[in-house]
Amino acid sequence: MIDLGPHGGYILGSYAFTALVLCGLILNAIRDQRAQKRALADLQAGAPAGDRP
Amino acid sequence: MWTRLANPGHFMRWSGALLPWLAGLSAAGVALGLYLSWFVAPPDYQQGETVRIMFIHVPAAWLGVFFYGSMALSAIGTLVWRHPLADVAQRAAAPIGAAFTLICLVTGSLWGKPMWGTYWVWDARLTSMLILFLIYCGIMALWRTMEDPNRAARAVAILTLVGAINLPIIKFSVNWWSTLHQPASILRMGGSTIDPSMLYPLLTMIGAATLTGLSLHLYTMRTEILRRRVRTLTIREAERLDAGAVGLAQARADAVPLGQAL
Amino acid sequence: MIGAIRALVARDLVLAARVGGSGALSLVFFLMIVALVPFALGPDLNLLSRIGPAILWLAAVLATLIGLDRLFQADEEDGSLDLMAGAPVPLECMVLAKVTAHWLTTGLPLALASPLFGLLVALDGTAMAGTALTLLVGTPALTFVGAVGAALTASIRRGGLILAVLVLPLMIPTLIFGVSAAQSVAGGTVPFGTPLMILGGLSLIAAVVGTVAAAAALRWSE
Repeated sequence: MIDLGPHGGYILGSYAFTALVLCGLILNAIRDQRAQKRALADLQAGAPAGDRP
Repeated sequence: MWTRLANPGHFMRWSGALLPWLAGLSAAGVALGLYLSWFVAPPDYQQGETVRIMFIHVPAAWLGVFFYGSMALSAIGTLVWRHPLADVAQRAAAPIGAAFTLICLVTGSLWGKPMWGTYWVWDARLTSMLILFLIYCGIMALWRTMEDPNRAARAVAILTLVGAINLPIIKFSVNWWSTLHQPASILRMGGSTIDPSMLYPLLTMIGAATLTGLSLHLYTMRTEILRRRVRTLTIREAERLDAGAVGLAQARADAVPLGQAL
Repeated sequence: MIGAIRALVARDLVLAARVGGSGALSLVFFLMIVALVPFALGPDLNLLSRIGPAILWLAAVLATLIGLDRLFQADEEDGSLDLMAGAPVPLECMVLAKVTAHWLTTGLPLALASPLFGLLVALDGTAMAGTALTLLVGTPALTFVGAVGAALTASIRRGGLILAVLVLPLMIPTLIFGVSAAQSVAGGTVPFGTPLMILGGLSLIAAVVGTVAAAAALRWSE
């Protein structure tokens, strides 16, 4: 590992923050698309039994 | 050809085929960029190792501005051609642009602490990025308050364009304001004086980040199209149930003899 | 067309003067903010006179927001906006008339009352006159920018908060040049004319962009 000098914490911190935000963005996008796909599949198959009166 | 590519059905097909390649390419690009910026680029003679923050700060700043630009272009598409794909592109771009602007702000302030001695300096560039972030927040808030996606798209398009007209004015006035209050020039990064040993890692990171942003944008655009389909189908389903209920009530009312109904 | 604009301005002025109108209320709000600042900063007259123009400008920006959310919303609710949209006069003229009436009841009283409120923050004569002049030149920009937000949020219930979030970032240039023009009167490195001219330019740009954008927002919201 290379020596980061006295300010290593700031450098690692900024990379960690970037990774955190990007991971959040990507995971949220995947979760959202899965939810929409599931809703679409439900609707196309006819409403699930629970919704019917 | 463009009209064919922009048809939502066609878009779903070609973007679905393109996305894995684009995502793979951006992952490879990010890996290469990280390698170059961590192990190849030398520490700066003035900033030392802290310069490595710049390899994410500058691409993030570029993407924050880039996504606002693409939102403004999509806004023109929404208002002039009323194209549904432009609405979708606009909506998908806002959170991504806001996230990159936030990354730019946070990394900038983490860079500022060792360099300037404080987390936040009211420097012209950082302040402009902060205002850009606030405008992104306003746009996302407006998206959330409007139920009907078509109306929301037109409203947001107008706001985006007004913001696009305002951004150069804001940039100019913030520059003017910061020279007024801080006559001493602060340490500046970039310009044409940057050494090639740093320029190539930086350019690689910018390219990789752009590819990542574009893949995310395509992916969320697909989600938005799916969301619109879900919405349309839900409304149709509700209308069908509604019509069924009315039909039943009608039938029951008809079944009652006229004398009793009166 | 001029007649229609004049009639609409007169109607809005009458509405603002009536009970429930926001004409005098924004002036009271302006006074309220100016009165709150010394409680936060302490009654040091030297400090107050140094930041006095900034306080007055900040108060003016916030006071402009008062009543802005009702600018088009009231007409949207009682249907008169549909009549205006259907009138033979272009919607842009209607927007211009309504914004002018709003400025006459909000921005103009603020600018006229600012020398009086300047006394509270220990401004001297020239600084008072300078602040009043910059408010007179700059508040139209605030009102026009605000009108875009008002038109965008006209159909949203409880649109007041989102309106503030939308328009405040766009008001920053006006605030910067207004405050620096007002402060350059009291002495500084910049001549008074430069920021004042830019402020006037900002008002003119905001008048064009704001009118067109607000009319577009109203037209497309149906």
